[in-house]
Formats: sequence, C-alpha cells, structure tokens
Amino acid sequence: MSRDNLIISDNDTDVQVDFPAEDQTSQEDNAHENKRRRKADGKERKKRAIKTGRASSIEDTEEHTQKHNRKRNGSKNHKHDKEKDQAKKYQNNKEEEGEIKRKAAKSKKNLKNEQTKKKEQDSEKSGTKKRSKEKKRKDSAEKDTKEKEKAKKKKKVIETSSEPESSEEENEEEEEEEDVVRPETLTPEELEKLKEAVEDRKKLIQGLRGKPWPMKKKLVTLKESQMFVEKYEGALGKGKGRKFYAYKVMMTKKWLKFKRDFENFKTACIPWEMKIKEIESHFGSSVASYFLFLRWMYGINMILFGLTFGLVMVPEALMGHPYGSLPRKTVPRPEEGSAMDFAVLWDFGGYAQYSVLFYGYYNNQRAIGWLKYRLPLSYFLVGVGTVAYSYMVVIRTMARNANEGGIGDDNSFNFSWKTFTSWDYLIGNPETADNKFASITTSFKEAILEEQESRKDDNIHLTRFLRVLANFLVLCCLAGSGYLIYFVVRRSQKFTLDGLENHSWWERNEVNMVMSLLGMFCPMLFDVISSLENYHPRVALQWQLGRIFALFLGNLYTFIIALMDEINVKREEEKIVRYNITMWEASLYNGTLSENSTAPPITVHPADVPRGPCWETMVGQEFVRLIISDTMTTYITLLIGDFFRAVLVRFLNYCWCWDLEAGFPSYSEFDVSGNVLGLIFNQGMIWMGAFYAPCLPALNVLRLHVSMYLQCWAVMCCNVPQERVFKASGSNNFYMAMLLVILFLSTLPAIYTIVSIPPSFDCGPFSGKNRMFDVIQETLESDFPAWFGKVFSYASNPGLVLPFILLMVLAIYYLQSTSKSYKQANMELKKKLQTQNEENKKKNKKAALKAAMDLEEARKAATQAAQLQAKHKPPSQQYENIEWDHEQRRYHRRDVRHQPTRGSRPPHHQEATGHLPGAPAQPRMHRSSNVPKH
Amino acid sequence: MGTTASQLGKELLSEYQELTFLTKQEILLAHKRFTELLTREEKDIPNVRVPMERILTLPELKSNPFRKRICYVFSTSEHKDGSLTFEDFLDLLSAFSDSATMEIKSHYAFRIFDFDDDGTLDSDDLQKLVNCLTGETDDTQLTFEEMKQLISNILEESDIDKDGTVNLSEFQHVISRSPDFVSSFKIVL
Repeated sequence: MSRDNLIISDNDTDVQVDFPAEDQTSQEDNAHENKRRRKADGKERKKRAIKTGRASSIEDTEEHTQKHNRKRNGSKNHKHDKEKDQAKKYQNNKEEEGEIKRKAAKSKKNLKNEQTKKKEQDSEKSGTKKRSKEKKRKDSAEKDTKEKEKAKKKKKVIETSSEPESSEEENEEEEEEEDVVRPETLTPEELEKLKEAVEDRKKLIQGLRGKPWPMKKKLVTLKESQMFVEKYEGALGKGKGRKFYAYKVMMTKKWLKFKRDFENFKTACIPWEMKIKEIESHFGSSVASYFLFLRWMYGINMILFGLTFGLVMVPEALMGHPYGSLPRKTVPRPEEGSAMDFAVLWDFGGYAQYSVLFYGYYNNQRAIGWLKYRLPLSYFLVGVGTVAYSYMVVIRTMARNANEGGIGDDNSFNFSWKTFTSWDYLIGNPETADNKFASITTSFKEAILEEQESRKDDNIHLTRFLRVLANFLVLCCLAGSGYLIYFVVRRSQKFTLDGLENHSWWERNEVNMVMSLLGMFCPMLFDVISSLENYHPRVALQWQLGRIFALFLGNLYTFIIALMDEINVKREEEKIVRYNITMWEASLYNGTLSENSTAPPITVHPADVPRGPCWETMVGQEFVRLIISDTMTTYITLLIGDFFRAVLVRFLNYCWCWDLEAGFPSYSEFDVSGNVLGLIFNQGMIWMGAFYAPCLPALNVLRLHVSMYLQCWAVMCCNVPQERVFKASGSNNFYMAMLLVILFLSTLPAIYTIVSIPPSFDCGPFSGKNRMFDVIQETLESDFPAWFGKVFSYASNPGLVLPFILLMVLAIYYLQSTSKSYKQANMELKKKLQTQNEENKKKNKKAALKAAMDLEEARKAATQAAQLQAKHKPPSQQYENIEWDHEQRRYHRRDVRHQPTRGSRPPHHQEATGHLPGAPAQPRMHRSSNVPKH
Repeated sequence: MGTTASQLGKELLSEYQELTFLTKQEILLAHKRFTELLTREEKDIPNVRVPMERILTLPELKSNPFRKRICYVFSTSEHKDGSLTFEDFLDLLSAFSDSATMEIKSHYAFRIFDFDDDGTLDSDDLQKLVNCLTGETDDTQLTFEEMKQLISNILEESDIDKDGTVNLSEFQHVISRSPDFVSSFKIVL
C-alpha cells in the first residue's frame, strides 16, 4: 500500500481526486448528523470531545500510513499541490471575512494547513491546540454559524489529513451546507464560493462519463452531485437576483436537455448509419470506409442537386415558355415519329432531349415569369457555384483529414502500434477475424524481417527487368485503351452523321460500352501484370491504384478530346445551318427581314423551323449516356461477378470435384480501392457534364442511392472479407487527393468550353451571345447602376488585376513559410516535451528511490501494524462502498500478494510498479481489503 | 421499444445518458440485447448478472481474441468470473463507443492487455497479447525467436523509463500517437 502511495503518475490524478469523496461523505454525513443532534441538546463541549476522540482515533489507527502520506506529499505532483493551494486559499478567504479577533486563530490555522503537509505530529499538535482554542472561543463568543463551520473545518482538516485530495471538496461541501441553511447570513464572497462549488460539481457531472469507473460508482457520484447542485443552486442569489438565477439555472437545464435530445435526433437522422455499422462489424473499418465515402458523396450530390434543381430546372419548368412554344423547345418534325420510342428516350433523345434536362431547352430570355427571374444569369452562376462548392468541400475535408492524420506521421512506435492497435474491435465475423489474424501475423513477420534487415535480394537484375517489363506492358495497355476510345468515338461520329437509325444497338452504344468494358477489364490485367513485379502488398496496391487512375483519366480525356473534335464538327455544321436558315427565312418571308419578329406575317409551327446542331446539348447527352452505361455496368458486374458467382459457388459446391469455396472461383472480395476509384470518376464526370445537362446531379443522386442499398446488400450476402485487411485511416486522404485532382481535371475542359467556344446561336440560355460569360456583363449593365459597372470595369482592368494576383501569390508564399516555421516550432516543442518527460521520469525515479530507502525500516512495522489491525477490526460498513471499484481491488490483491516479498524486492522495481493507474491513495482501504479478500 | 423504455425508467435512462457516451437509442438497444441474453427467470431479478459464457455468445464479441479479457475488465463481480450486469455492459459499450475519449479508451485498452492484472505490461503480458493477435493456430503463431525479437522491439520503443515493463502512462503516450487506435477500438451493437 505504502508503495502505491509513494508516487502517483499524472494520469491517475483525476481518478483520485474524487474517489475518496464517497466514503468520506458517508462518514461525514454521519458525523454531521451526530453533530446536529448534539447541537440540539446543547452539549457543545461533549460533541467536541467526541469529535476529537474520533479524529484522534483515526489518526492513531493510521499513524503509519500518514507518515507515508506525508512523504508522498513531498513528492507529489504539482496537480495535487495546486489543488491544495486552492483549498488553502479558499480557507484563507473564509478567514478574512471573519472578525479581527480571530486573526490569531487564522494564522495558526494556516500554519496548521502547511504543517499537515509537512509533519504529521505537528498537525496533530496544532489540531489539539485548535480545538482547545476553539472551545474557549465557543464559550465566550456568540454561537453563530460561521464559528461552527470553522470548528468543523478544523476537525475536518485533521480528519482528512490522510486524504488531502478530497479534503478540499469535502470542506466546501460541508461549509456550503451550513451556509445555505441560512442564506441571509451569507456574504457576497461566500456566495461566490458557493457558486464556484456548484460550478465545480456541474463540471464533475459533465466529466463523469470520461472517468473509468464502474457504473455504480458513477451513478452514486452523479446522484450526490446532482443533489448538491439542486439543493444549493436555488438558494443562490438574493431577492431579484435570486429569482433570476433560479430562472437561469432552469433554462440551462432545459437547454442541456434539449441539446441532448437534439444530439440523439441528429444521430438518428444520419442515413444508413445502422447499415454501415452492420457492415463495419462484419468486415472491419476498411470496407465501411467505402460506404462512409459513398454517403459523404451522396451528401455533396444532394446539395449540387438542390442547387441545379431549385435554381435552374424548376424555375424554367414553372415560369419559362412551355413546351412547343419555341423551336428550341419542340421536337423537330422529322424526329416526331420516334420521339416517344423507348430506345430513343433511353438514349436521352426525343422528348428527353427537348426538356429541362438539357442545356438546349433553356431560353435566352433575360427575365422570366412574374418573378422576373434572371434565368440565364442563374444558370451561369449555378454552374460556377456547384464547382466552387465542390472545391470548398473537398479541400475542407482534406484539411480536416490532414489534421487528424498528422499525428501519426512519425514512425517511432512501429512495433508498439502493431501490437497495441492492430486489432479491429469492430470485427464480428469469424472469417474476417481469421483473415485479420493472418494479416497481423504477416505484418509482424515482415516488420521483424525489415528490422533485422536480412532481406535476401535474390537476383535484383531479374526483379528490375520484370518491373520495367511490367510498366512497359501497363503503358501499352493505357495507350491501347486510349487509342481504342479515340477510334470508337470517331467511328460513332460517322454513325451519327449517317443517322443512328441505320445502325445496330451495339454501334450506337459503342463508346460507352467500350469505356465501361475497358474500365472493367484493364484493372484485372493490371493486377496480373503487377504480380510480375513482386512488390510489397502495400506498395503494390498503390501502384495498382495509380495505374487504374491513369487508365480512367486517360480514357476520360480521350473521350473529351474526341468530344472536342465533335464540337468543332458541329460548329462547322452550325455555320452551314445558319446560312441555310437565313436563306430559308428569306424565302419564307419573301424578302422581308428575319429580325422583324414583332409581327411575323406567316406563322410557322416551331417543329418545322430548321435549327442548328446545338453542340451543348450533344455534350450533355454524351455525359448522361456515359453515366447511365457506367451505372449499368457497375450493377451488372455486381450481379454477375458477385451474386451469381456466390450462388454458383455455394450450390455447385455440393457436386463438384474440388472445393469451390476454398479453391479457384471462391467468393469475391469487396474491392474497396476499385470501388472508391469508380465513385471518384463517376463524380468527375458529373462535375464535367453538369453544366450542359442540369439533370446530371439528380441522376447521380439516384445512382448513389441505389448503389448504397445494392452494394450494402451485395457485400453482406455474397462477399467475403478481404484477405489483406488494410487500415482505413491511411488511405482516406489519398482518396481525397484523387478526388481533388479529378475535380480539377474535370473542371478544366468545362471551363475551357465555357470561356473559349461561342454558344450555339439558337439554343440554350446564352444563345445570341458571343461568349457564355457575357451574361455577367449584361446583368451588370442593365440591372445595376451605372457606377457599379464602371467600378467593375476598373476592377477588371489588367492594371489592377495583375497586382492583385501578385499580392495573392505573395500571401500564399507568406502563409506557407509561416506554416513551415510553425511546423518546425512544433517539432522543437515536441522534442522539448520528450526530454522534459524523460528528465521528470529520472527525477521521479530518484525521489522514489530515496523514499523507498526511507521506507525500508518503517515498512516492516507498518505492515505488521496493518495486519494486526486487520485482524482486530472487522471491515465496517463505510468501507464496503469502496469495494465496487475493482480496480482498487486489483491493487489490494497485488499488494497483499507482494507483502511477504516486499523486503527482498529491489527498490528499482518498486518504483516501476508505483506508476499505477488510479493507485488508491487511501491507507484505510489497505486495512479493509486485507480482510475479505485473502 | 416502448416496453424497454418503460422497463428502464426515464430517470435512469437519462442518468445513463449522462454517464456514458451512448445515445438514448443505443442504450435502449443495449438493454434489448442484454435482456435477450437473460433466461426467463432472470428477467424479473433486478441487477442480474449474466455469466461470461453467455455474454460471449454476442456476435460482436464472439470473434474478438480479447473477449474474455474484456469481460473480466468490465465485470464488477465479486468472484472475478467475468459476469456482467447491465450497468457493466453499458460501461463496456460506452468505452467502446464512437464518441468515447482517447483517455478512456486507452485506459481500458491497457487493462485489457494487462493479462495478470498487475498494473503493468510486462513481457509475459506482451507475449500473451501477441499470441492473441496472431490467433491460436500453429501456422499463424510466431516462433520463439520472432516473439523474443518482437517483444524486445516493443519494449525498446515504448518502455521509456527502461524498467522492463510498459506502464499506463507509457502506454497512453504510445497509443495517443497512433492514427487508428480510436477508429479501431470500437464495438457497436
């Protein structure tokens, strides 16, 4: 026991601070009741005598432990000292309020306070002195409450000198109790104190959940503290202030309750939480991280969808010209027959093409409806806004992840982390657990091998050659797939020119199918190729991811380049059509000017009006088709690759010549990285195409929603846990970085088309303008006062813009360099902390050694006395309270176990065991624990 | 759900919410799962203890190599048999919950790893710990030399005061820098 008292590590202070409070209070309550009863009898003296006797008896029984305590006080950490200081100060304050005649008592008391920490005998003496003095005072002076309080305090100081941590709190409580009985007698300072105490209790209540205690103990502490708070909270303040205070307290309570309910509500509102948790418990955190990512993506797409739907599609549908009123809003005559065919609609042609889903449907009317809604402006701003929002979210998430991941960058605890943190407690599936066992074993073995640096490099030349070969093969694959896509897109343009009706289904959907198939099979090919390289699995995974990334990116960009070609073709076509239209109009009006739209002499049905090819709608359509086919391939591979495979393996296994489940086909694993990449690219396409097809975010939301359910189901029913279980934390920011790259790369072509290609002349919200962003200028000119336009034109002057850019660059440079220096300072502080820690440890060690030496002689007597007492004194009721803390019990057990060998133990070892969590500082328990346990 | 709520009592429920890192729904779910473990007769007894064997049938704990240690650590039983009351069970879930702090998680992790309950992780503890992590089968277990090497490496890293054991503060020091401890030290019902 005494050994435990010697040194207390920093961590267990919080455990200790409040722990003794409990049995102390029960004791205290008893004492209190006694006291009151006796007070009623008017036998003050007797009470004092009893108290003194009681206190001294306690002191007697704990003489040896107090000795130890005293020593511990010397070597105690600063936290406790601070607490004690506070207690002292508190008491001092109390004294100061008192009359001057008590000055002597005060000084003595202070002296005593210090003495209790220094010398036990002294404290005893001063205690008796105190008591005698007090008695005198009691006799002479009027018996006001304060005095009683004081007396009690004094008694307490003696009584609790063995547990200085708790004494402060207890004192406060007791005093408060006395105070509140008669709130009128309180001085403002006392009120302050009371408030402080109440606040302390509240803090205790709040921090209670963070304490590693058993529930029973927490419950008792909570109830006690709540009672205390309730009892005294209302009594605080006077008159009006009091009412106000009570009101405030009530409101805070209500607010807290509301907050808690709201938290509950919020967690209940998080979609798919239970599903993800279920998956988490089956497959561990890495698979679940994919679903978290999916949910996050869903959230972003919801917002994008809200923006485009609420600000563009709905206003146009409600307030714009209805379908059929304008040529751009009508299916042209030659297509009318097939416009409702499913095949056409599936390709987003026909009625789907001439609807709010695509760019071409929107009119260039500046303001629509009774709201005078500026649709073209809103269209432009929403397009820009979605991209800006996406950038913001991605970067913010990345920064947050970087903050979290920033702790784990130093590699100094490689082995310890592997041992202490490698188990994923979420795993609830035996198979996953087996895989985890295997992966942990391999990681251990690898780490040991690496540590020994005895890795045999068998034929480095061969490995090098194989790696070069593998990379060459991969490059060939990439180039091949790029060419294939380019070829297919060009071919499809030819088909389009011929008219789609003459071609088969395959020829019409060639581009999307080829892209999806490439995305499906190339990764498998890469996987095979990477087996040549003989990399470490983690490195191999990174290579694999990088290659798939390159493939997807290459495919996407070839697609875009081909699309650009097509745009140029369409624009050529547009020129011809434009010329034809003027001819047509001329013939129609018989020479009258086509611009004379106020009173057209002949009305032509809008379906009959010749129109341009509208390349924007074409781009939008391409992207929508791409998304659709991509989604379809994903779902079909899911069904065939996972579900049917699982079904086949499961049922054919009964009648097959080898074990299908364990052998070749087996069940499929859930490919986290591949799925994440797929999701990222899908998002990239959304960002790219959303400007020309406002329906894309809506489609994507739908897709993600279905994916969530489908993939959750597929994972739970037909996938087996991964053999190589990777940690989720390491890759999170990697994925985010990829997302950012994709975001950048996908906004690039979109911005290029917006800025550099003039919009079609007869479709879309920007028709008739030279460039799409002219809509901003137009708004500035017509909707804002003239001076604003002037200011804007000045601001956009290169003379102003260039310095501004320079300034921004400078600011970035400055921020970067400061962050670097902060990092450095951080590192230095870390180092300092470490060295200081080590020094402290050394110091502690020394102190412990010294104390242990001092204790050597006292120990034998102490243990003997303790055993004697244990024999004589049965454990009383108040000690039973302690028993539920089995942590304490643990130490008692250990203590008892070690007792016989204590003398022979080297002091060094004792110091080590002294750093114990929650080592009880209570000598009394020593006694009680000895009896029932052993 | 309604019946479980009334069984628990509104006040108790709010106290549990105050004292654990669990939400109301989680506590109710925990209560439901816990009562499912009880036999018919036991359902009427207040503060009933469920023996460890039955607790370990929970799928969340079934494949955990530390399942017995977890029960022992959270049990408040007199007999050290690892049996849990509902409150112990809540303690367990709270410590393993999403929102529990690093301190509380690392504290309990330390106690779970401290196989002989002596307050420090010595080499025996570490050996048992590694054996738990690598599984029971012979083909996954480390050889004697590997184990020795591993343990000496662990101690070299984490045993700051070089006394041959890892104590709680050293353990927390190591754990607090780990990137994935908090995310993996979780059990959800």
